[in-house]
Parts: sequence; C-alpha cells; structure tokens
Amino acid sequence: MSQPDQTVLTPEILRVDQVSVTLSGRQILDEVSFAVQAGEFTGLIGPNGAGKTTLLRVILGLQRPSAGSVTVLGQPRSPRSQPIGYVPQKVLLDPDMPMRARDLVALGLDGSKYGPRLRSRQRDQAVREMLHAVDAERFADARVGNLSGGEQQRVLIAHALISRPRLLLLDEPLANLDLRSGQEVISLLARIAREQQIAVLLSAHEMNPLLPVMDRVVYVAGGRAASGPADEIVTSDVLSRLYGHRVDVLHVHGRVLVVAGPAADDGAAADDGAAALAAAEAEPARAEATGDEAGVAVRPGADAS
Amino acid sequence: MHQLYNAVFEPGFFGSPQVHVAVAVGGIVAIVSAVVGVFTVMRGQSFAGHSLGDVSAAGGSGALLIGLNPLAGFVGLGIAGAAVMDMIGVQRLRGRDLATGIVLGAAIGLSALFLYLTATTGATAGATQQVLFGSIFTTTPGTVPVVAIFGAISLGGIALIYRPLLLSTVSPDIAAARGVPVRLVGVLYMIALAVSVGLSSLAIGAILSTALLIGPAATALQLTRRVAWALTTACVIGVLAVWVGVLLAYDSYYWGSSHLSLPVSFFIVALIFVTYLVSVAVSGRKARAGARRPASVTRAADHDKVAA
Repeated sequence: MSQPDQTVLTPEILRVDQVSVTLSGRQILDEVSFAVQAGEFTGLIGPNGAGKTTLLRVILGLQRPSAGSVTVLGQPRSPRSQPIGYVPQKVLLDPDMPMRARDLVALGLDGSKYGPRLRSRQRDQAVREMLHAVDAERFADARVGNLSGGEQQRVLIAHALISRPRLLLLDEPLANLDLRSGQEVISLLARIAREQQIAVLLSAHEMNPLLPVMDRVVYVAGGRAASGPADEIVTSDVLSRLYGHRVDVLHVHGRVLVVAGPAADDGAAADDGAAALAAAEAEPARAEATGDEAGVAVRPGADAS
Repeated sequence: MHQLYNAVFEPGFFGSPQVHVAVAVGGIVAIVSAVVGVFTVMRGQSFAGHSLGDVSAAGGSGALLIGLNPLAGFVGLGIAGAAVMDMIGVQRLRGRDLATGIVLGAAIGLSALFLYLTATTGATAGATQQVLFGSIFTTTPGTVPVVAIFGAISLGGIALIYRPLLLSTVSPDIAAARGVPVRLVGVLYMIALAVSVGLSSLAIGAILSTALLIGPAATALQLTRRVAWALTTACVIGVLAVWVGVLLAYDSYYWGSSHLSLPVSFFIVALIFVTYLVSVAVSGRKARAGARRPASVTRAADHDKVAA
C-alpha cells in the first residue's frame, strides 16, 4: 500500500456522535461528537470536572448516554462487544497483593473467563511478548504493589493491550507520575499507536507533555467538546466558545498556556447599566485572579476554569 | 523414643472417634477458610468476614433453640446476612463499613436473645459455649458428609469465579469494562464466604471463625508473590494449625494433675497468631536484607557501573 493511500484508507475506530449525558438533573456532556482513526494518538483534554471520565465511561459502555450514540469499528457499543483496552484513573495496587506484574498482564488475556485456568505455553508466550513491548521485563516478577507509579502504569498498559484491542482508553494516566515517568509512558503509547495501528485516546488536564505526539485534540470544557489538530483547536477563539467566557491561549517557549481572559469579556452587556456596574465592581478581584494565574502559569496549561 | 512418641500423641489419640471427626471436619474447614480467606484479605473485607461470624452465631443459636442442627443455622443465616450486606452496599468501598456494622449489630442482638432463651428453657446444655467457641470434639460423625458438601460448594464457587473475582479485586473499573458482572461476582463470593464462616463456626466457634479465615491467609500473603502459592500456603498453615490444635487439646487432659481438657479453639487460634507473627518477622527481615524488587537493584548496579 502506498503512503497517500494509507491515510485515505485508515479505518475509523471510534465515532462519538452527538452524545449527551445528564446525571441527576445536571448536564455533564452536551452533544459531543468526534471520531478517531487507527494509529491515531488523541488527547482528551480539559479541566477537572469537565466530563472527561464520563465521556470515557460512555465509550466503554459503562454509562448510557441520554442522547447520541457511540460506535466502535462501526458497531454500536456495549460492554460485552468489541474489546477496548482500558486503564482507569485510580488503580490501587496493594503491596500485600500476591500478584506479580506478569500475573496482572495475564489477567488481561482471560480475566473475564470463568472456571479454573489451565496452564498454557501460548499464554505465557503472549505475556512475555507484551511485557517486552512495554519494556517491563525487568520487573515482571516483582509484586505489582511494590512497583513505582510509572512501572505500574506500564504493567496496566500491557494488561489492557494483551487482548489485542483496536482502541486503548487511558483516564489521566499521567496524573500521579513524575515528569520523566510521564514522558516515558507517553512515548511508549505513541510508539504502540503507530506500530500496532491502535487508536489511543488519553485524557489529561495538562496538555503540554502530549503536544509533541498528539495527532488530534478533543478539548472538553463545560460539557461541550471541539476536536481537530491541536493548532486548530487550542486557540483563543475556539476555547472561549467552549468555556462560554473569554479565554486566552498563550504560547510561551513552545508551551501552551490557557488562562482566563481579562474582565472586558462582557462588552455586549456594557450598555446595560447594572451589568456595567457589576463588572466594574468585580474588576479589582478579576485583575488579581488574572495576576494569580500568570503566577501559576509556571505550570503550563493549568486549569482555566 | 517410644516415650517421646507417647508424650506427643497421648495413648488413645488415634483410636478416639472424636479425634477422627475433629481431624476430618477441621481439615475441611481449614482448607475452605484458607481459600476464601485469601480473597477476603485481598479485597479488604476482613470486617465483613467477622460480622458474618456474628450472623452465624445468631443462626446457630436460633437453630439450637428450635431443635435444628446448628450447622443449618450457621450457614443459612450467614447467607441471608451476606445478601442483606450486599443490599445495603457492601460492594461500595464507602458503604462497606456501614453495611457490615449494621448487620453485625443486629446479629449480635439476635444471638443474645436466642442464647438467653436456650439457656432459660434448658433445651440444649452449653449452647453458648458451643455456638461461640465451637464444638469440634462433640460433632457427630454424621455431620462430616454435610460439612464436606458445604465445603465443596464453597470451593467450587470460588473455582468458578476465580479469574473474574481476581480481576474485580484488582480493579472493579477494569473488570466492568471487560464485561465482568462485578456485583454478581461479588455476591457469589460473599455466599462462599458465608458458607466458609458457617463451617468454621461449627468447628472453632462463631466468634473465632475470623481467626481461621484471616490468619492463614494473611500469613500466606506475607510469604508469597503469587495467588496460587498464597492459596496453597494458606491451606497448609490452616490445616496444620487445626490438626496440631486438636492434638494439643487432646493432650492437655494429661497435663498436670487436674485433668482439664483445655478448649481446642484456644490452641488453634494461638497457633495461627504465632505463625502470623513469625511470618511478619521473616518477611520484614527479608525486606531489610536488601531483597527489594529486582528492578531497583539492577538500576542501582547500572548506576554504580556508570560511576565507576
């Protein structure tokens, strides 16, 4: 297959179509739509509480959307259908759990099957290959609970990938990692997406570590989402529309900072006396808040909400 | 030599029919408790296990009151208790303590009532002792097959759900995403737990059942790195503790001149406790001896190489 053809023929792995979710009267997601192709690395970016985990749960079939649909490889989604690799946000691996990294990966192959497990050379071989693929052979025989956060993340990724899913979902995998382990996990995922033509969808509240590898951004804020290449989506215009108020996207030394805009956002309401007064009263506080954010901006991409 | 042998196995030990029943019942109970207990400890549900013991006590004393075999009461009410705990929310991490505590309180209240009534109506002598601290030496030979059947049900259930149970113990989220019916698996496990606790209530007593459930399992988790080995180790520890306990209780009659047979449950629980303390000391020592995970060892070695 020639290069240009490949980009045209890349199969669509995931389509999220007009998905809305309302939980106990509160709208969490509002008509979210996007699609993910094979081999693509997609960042699901947004502040905490934006609805990223809910969106992942809808894709997994664990949360029924109040409207819209999710299709995986052209099929409607249900928990028992096509395997999706999943690495949840919090997996508390107890140090007392008598389980080696190798055993946890093996559970990814047959953990949902009933009855006792028979020894299988084929299974052991698959586990070895997977441990090699995520560079986890060094600690394959250590208790998972004793591994570092980055090592555990690798083992969980191997666990999720060993059943050969076409789609891998990761919920905030970088949240509890130091910078270097985070970078290692990201480059590992980018390599796996490319080599095995798996679609990787990774949620994060911090986009900068992902910028070099992301093929696509799905930016979620206030329950709404915009998707596309990072340089088209992470702009002041698009994000301001999502957040529903003025937001500035700043580029500083190759990093992207999203900060709340200045108070002049309510220009349209300026001729309303009361609103103008309210805005004027709020002015000093806002200026201070903006100043704070500039200070916090050392942590790039911090929540703008 | 012969004297030593006689000192360990007092004359008549192997000939005693009570000892035969105790060895059979104790062995089955120890194995079931050990297997179920490994999952109980891994799932952090020791408290639920203990309160099912109290529910068993209510069932056992109720059964004695109305003239049933106490085993029926131990197991029957235990399963009902497990169902109520699931309904209140034992499957949620935060609902667990609450669900367990409420059921436990109600169960102890019932036990108090039933035991009072059995004592005052005089239906069964020594009911309190029997229910709370076990009756392994007074169990009838006819009960052995019943114990074996209940044990097989409990172990069979665990074998059936082994992998989904393990996966939902590691992470309920991952298990649910893989299509495992996490709640159903949790309920089946709780039933296996209730049966196991009911059986050990018969053997070593309702309030001591926790020791046999948690002790060998906790010790095995200290010493092994694989679930299969933890299960095997827990079984060996549990069976040895029960059998040696039976032997010591039998022998204790000949200790001193007062000829008191000390309670077998005491010996079993004491042995389990001492074994656990030793395992903690051993695994602590291993950790201090620098047997940390191989990854950091190699890394440190690499670092030294670079430094050199």
